[in-house]
Amino acid sequence: MESNKGLTKVDLIFEKVDAREALTKAFKMTNDEIIQQILESGLKGRGGAGFPTGLKWKYTAAEKEPVKYIVCNADEGEPGTFKDREILDRVAYKVYGGMAIAGKAINAKEGIVYLRGEYRFLLPKLMKELETFHKMIGEIGFDFRIKYCLGSGAYICGEESALFESIQGERGEPRNKPPYPTTSGVYGKPTSINNVETLVTAMMIIQHGAKRYTQLGTKDSRGSKVFSVSGDTPTPGIFELELGMSVQNFVTEFGDGDTKAVQVGGASGFCVPRKKFNETIIGFEGVPTGGSMKLFNSSRSMYNVLHNYLDFFAEESCGQCTPCRVGCQQLLKGVEKVKKGEAKSTYLNELTKLADTMKIASKCGLGQSVGNAFKSIVENFREEIIY
Amino acid sequence: MYQVGNLVKELSEKHGRKRDSLMPILQGIVERHNYLTDEAMVEVAKELDISAAEVYGTASFYTFLDTSVRGKYVIRVCKTITCSMKGKADILQTIEDVLKIKVGETTSDKMFSLIETNCIGWCHKAPAILINEIPYTELTVEKVVEIIKDYMHK
Amino acid sequence: MVNLLINDTPISVPAGTTVLDAAKKLKINIPTLCNHPDLCVAGNCRVCVVEQKGARTLIAACAMPVSEGMDIHTNTLKVRNARKHIVELLLSEHRADCTKCYKNQNCELQSLANEFAFGEHVFLDLVEDHNYSIDRSSPSFIKDDSKCIRCQRCVRTCSELQFISAIAVSKKGAHQKISSFHNRPMSHVVCTNCGQCVNRCPTGALVEKTYIDQVWDAIYDPDKHVVVQTAPAVRVALGEDLGYDPGQRVTGKMVTALRQLGFNSILDTDFTADLTIMEEGTELLTRLKKALVDGDKGQALPMFTSCSPGWIKFIEHKFPEFLPNLSTCKSPQQMFGALSKTFYAQKRKLDPSKIISVSIMPCTAKKYEADRPEMRSSGFKDVDFVLTTRELAVMIKQAGIDFRNLEESHYDSVMGDSTGAAVIFGATGGVMEAALRTAYEIVTGREVPFGNLNITPVRGMDGVKEATIKIEGCLPDWKFLEGAELKVAIAHGLVNANKIMRMVRAGTAPYHFVEIMACPGGCIGGGGQPIPTNMEIRKNRMKAIYSEDEHMVLRKSHENPEVVAIYKEFLEQPNSHKSHELLHTHYVVRETY
Repeated sequence: MESNKGLTKVDLIFEKVDAREALTKAFKMTNDEIIQQILESGLKGRGGAGFPTGLKWKYTAAEKEPVKYIVCNADEGEPGTFKDREILDRVAYKVYGGMAIAGKAINAKEGIVYLRGEYRFLLPKLMKELETFHKMIGEIGFDFRIKYCLGSGAYICGEESALFESIQGERGEPRNKPPYPTTSGVYGKPTSINNVETLVTAMMIIQHGAKRYTQLGTKDSRGSKVFSVSGDTPTPGIFELELGMSVQNFVTEFGDGDTKAVQVGGASGFCVPRKKFNETIIGFEGVPTGGSMKLFNSSRSMYNVLHNYLDFFAEESCGQCTPCRVGCQQLLKGVEKVKKGEAKSTYLNELTKLADTMKIASKCGLGQSVGNAFKSIVENFREEIIY
Repeated sequence: MYQVGNLVKELSEKHGRKRDSLMPILQGIVERHNYLTDEAMVEVAKELDISAAEVYGTASFYTFLDTSVRGKYVIRVCKTITCSMKGKADILQTIEDVLKIKVGETTSDKMFSLIETNCIGWCHKAPAILINEIPYTELTVEKVVEIIKDYMHK
Repeated sequence: MVNLLINDTPISVPAGTTVLDAAKKLKINIPTLCNHPDLCVAGNCRVCVVEQKGARTLIAACAMPVSEGMDIHTNTLKVRNARKHIVELLLSEHRADCTKCYKNQNCELQSLANEFAFGEHVFLDLVEDHNYSIDRSSPSFIKDDSKCIRCQRCVRTCSELQFISAIAVSKKGAHQKISSFHNRPMSHVVCTNCGQCVNRCPTGALVEKTYIDQVWDAIYDPDKHVVVQTAPAVRVALGEDLGYDPGQRVTGKMVTALRQLGFNSILDTDFTADLTIMEEGTELLTRLKKALVDGDKGQALPMFTSCSPGWIKFIEHKFPEFLPNLSTCKSPQQMFGALSKTFYAQKRKLDPSKIISVSIMPCTAKKYEADRPEMRSSGFKDVDFVLTTRELAVMIKQAGIDFRNLEESHYDSVMGDSTGAAVIFGATGGVMEAALRTAYEIVTGREVPFGNLNITPVRGMDGVKEATIKIEGCLPDWKFLEGAELKVAIAHGLVNANKIMRMVRAGTAPYHFVEIMACPGGCIGGGGQPIPTNMEIRKNRMKAIYSEDEHMVLRKSHENPEVVAIYKEFLEQPNSHKSHELLHTHYVVRETY
C-alpha cells in the first residue's frame, strides 16, 4: 500500500477562472490533444464508479455516428452527497465549460444536463447562466448547445442508462449492458456521460495542464476531489481535498472526537469502523467514494443506520431485476427479524450470502452495491444488529 | 372551471409530442396543479399517442409525479440517514401537529400535503424539508412552525 | 463468426448471438424465466446468470451477446448458488399455493423450484407484506398480483405484439407491480381480452377465467341439451396439451372425446365460418356495388373482417371513427350461438331455453364476446360458455379419457358440416382466402385463378400481407366489377392491425377488404391455445390447418351443403332480414384508456 498523503485542502473546483480564456485555449486544441491531456491526467469519474474519463471520451470519439451526446449527470441522489448542487450553484459556468470541451473532444454538438428534481429551485439561475455561456462559446466558435432535463425523484436515475431512459421519457430502468453508453447512450447514440465534478475537473485540467493535476493524489487516485461531509461532525459541508488520505486523517480533521465509524460513499458505499481508520485509504486503492463522507459517533446505533439504508434501497430499487427488488426487501425484513429476536442471529449469515448474490447477479450498479453497506456494517457491528 | 385538456395541449405545444416530452409535460402539470389526475394522464396519453397505462406507469415511477391528491403546498420531509439522525422525527411530528394531518395525508382545505422523501441533498444542513421545490434546512421545531405558518398566510 | 468456449466446448456463432442461444446450439440448457422467443430481451429475472471467466459479476445469458474468446461456464457453484437464491427470492414474493393453483403442473416457476428441490426455504415470506389484489373483472381472464413475479412478459406482449399496453409496469422498488391505467379493473380499460399475456405468463398470475365446472354442471343436468361447437384452430393445437407434438391434427379424436364427455351434440364452428363467408362476402360485394355503381361516397371502405373479438374491441377503443368499416357480421362463434337456439332448436324440436350452447375456442376474447349484451339475438344468451383449447384438454384429462387411443369420429348434424374454406379461418389470411374463393366464383362463375385453390399470396407469417386480384370475365349481374382490381390486405397481431389502421386514418390505404386477426398467426396463435405458443409452434399449427383444408372434399364455403340448406329452409338468402336479425351486430365506441 502506498503510504498515505495526509489531509491537504485544495482549491481547484471552485477556483475562479476566466472561462473565455480557458475555452478559447481548448477551442484551439484538437480532439486528440484534449483527450490526451485527460488521459495523462489520470482523471477518473467523480460520480463514484471511477471509470477513466479520458478513455470514455476516447471511445465515444472513435464512434462514427454523426450525432453524439455529452450528458452531465447531475442526478446526485446518493445519501450524503451534495457537492454537485454546490458546484452547480457556485460555478455552473465551469460545468458548462467542461461539457463544451468534452463535446469538442468527442465531436458532439449537444449536451444535456440531467438535474435531479430535488434541485429544481436552482434551475432559473442555472438557465440564466447557461444563456450567458451559450453566447460566450458562440463567440469563441464552439458549435455546441446545452439543454436541461429534470428528474422527478428517483435515485436510480443516477445510473447512467436509467438516466438515459428518463431523458427519453421512460421509467428510469437500467438497460442491459452491453451496449455501453459510448456506443449506444441517450437516444441510442454514442454518449459520454460524466458527473458534474468530473466535467469541472476536466476543464481545470485543460486550463492548467495534466502535469499539474498528476502532482496531486496517488497512483490509483489522481488529483483532488470534493467531499460532502455530514453526520456527527462539528464542521459539516463541502471540502475539496487531495486524494490519498486515510480515514484517520479525515476523522482527525472532521470528527467530533468520538467517531466510531465513517460511511464512505453513501448508502451504496462502505462502512469503515474505528479500528480500520488507519489502514483505510480513501480512494480507488481503498474505499472509493463519489464524495459522501458520513461520520457516526458512539451515540448512534449502527442498526438504525443499516435499517435506514436498506429501507432506502427497498424503495429506490427500480424493481425490474429479482436480486435487487426482492433482495432489498429480504435484507430489510431479515435484519428487523434478527433485531426483534424473531430470527436467530445466524440468519445474518444467510443474509450475507444473499448480499453476495445481489452483488454478482443484479442487473446494475445499484443492486450490485447494496451488499457493500450491508456487509461492512454487519461484519463490523454485528452485535449492534443483534442486540 | 379549469380545463386540464387546455393545459396539456399547451404543454405539448411547448415540449413537443414525442415520448421524450412526457416527463416535462407531467412535470408541468404537477407544477401547476400539484398532482396528476386521471383525467390529466388520459389527456397526456392522447396528445402523445401512447397508452394511459404507460403514462401512469411512468409517472408512478417518479416520486415527485404524484398520482394521488396533493395540496397546493407539498411538504416533503427528508427521512434519510443524516436528517433522521438530526431530528427528522421531531420535525415531522411538529408538522403533523400544526397541520393536524398524518404523513401521507392532505389537509381538508387542500392547502398542504405531508409526505416523507428520500435524501434531498442537504445532509450538512439537516434536518431538511422541501415545500414544493423550495428547500428549508437546519430546521428546529420552532423554525418549522414559523415556516408552515408563513405558508398558511400566503 | 465469433469463437467462444461454453463449458470448455468451443463453438463459433454469428456476431450478435446471445450466450443463451449459443449454449442452446451446444444443447446446454440454461434456465430462463423472463425470456420468451416472441418478445424482446428483458434480462430482468436473472435466472439465466452464468459465469464469464474474468468478469466481475455473473452475466445474464439471455441479454449478453457473445464476444471473441469468451469463456463461459453455466454450472459452477457460484452460478448454482446465485440461481438458487434468485428462484427462492421469486418464490418469497409469490403466493405459492400450488396445489390450489389453476397452473399447477404447468408453471415455469414451479418447474424451476422443482429443479432446485428446495426443502426448507431460507428467505422470509413477503406475500403478506404486499397488498396484493386479484382482478376478476374481465369475463376472459383473472389477474392475480400475488402470483406475479414481475418478469414483464405480459407487459412486453401487450406492447410489442399487441400495441395496446393495457398493462404497464408501475411504481418502483418493493412496490413495483404490473398495472392497468391507475389500477382500474381490467374490464374497464383498453384491454382486448386477447389473452396473449395469459399465454405468456410463466405463473398463475394471468390465467383464463375458467368455466369448466359450469359446463360439467350443464352436461350432468338431465334437463339440459348441451351443444358444443369447436373452432377451426382448436383441432390443430389440442393435441399439444395431450401429449402430441405441435402441428398434429386431432379432429376426429377430439370429436369422439367431446362425445365421451357427454355433450349431446358435437357441432362445428366451421359451419358458421362458411356462413360468415356468405354473409360477409355478400356484404362486401354490396358495398362495392353501392360505391362503384351507385356512386355512393358514404360506403365505408375498406371493409374489415369482424371475426376476431380482440380486434373488435381494439378498434372500438382505438379507432372508433372506423366502426362503420367493420363488417356487421357476427363472428362464427356468435352466429353459431344464435342459430343453436333458433334454427337448431327448431330442427331438433328442442325448447331453446333448455339448450346450453358451449364453444371450444383458441381464444380468451371469445369469453368476453359471448358476454356482450349484443349477443342475445336468439332471445337467450346465444353462447352460454366458452372454453379455451386448454380448458378442453383439462376436461378430457379430468374424464380419464385415453385420448391417444380414441377412435376418430364425425361431427353431428345439423350444423356440423364443414369445408376447407372454413378450416383455414384458423390461420391468418384464411378468412380472406375463403372469401376470395367464394366471391370470385359468385362474380365470375369460375374458380379463383390459383393452383388447387391455394391463394398463396395471403398465406404466411408476414405481419401485413397484401394482394391484388384482377376480376375479369364477370357474370352479367356483376359487370360493374369487370376489370376491377380488388385490393386486399391481411394483418395479424394488433401491432400490425395498428399499422394498417394508421394507413387507413392517413388515407393511404388502397384496400377494399382487410382481414384482421388480433393474435399473431391468427387463431392458431390465440390466447387460449396450449402453452407454450411461439413462432415455431404457430408455423406447425398453420401447416396443419392447410393440410386439413387440402384433405377436405369441399373447399369452398358456398358448397357447404348445410349452408345451402339453411338459406333454403331458414335464412332465405345472405343479408336477408332474418340474417340481419340473427347473424349481424353493431359496435360500441369505447374509452381510450
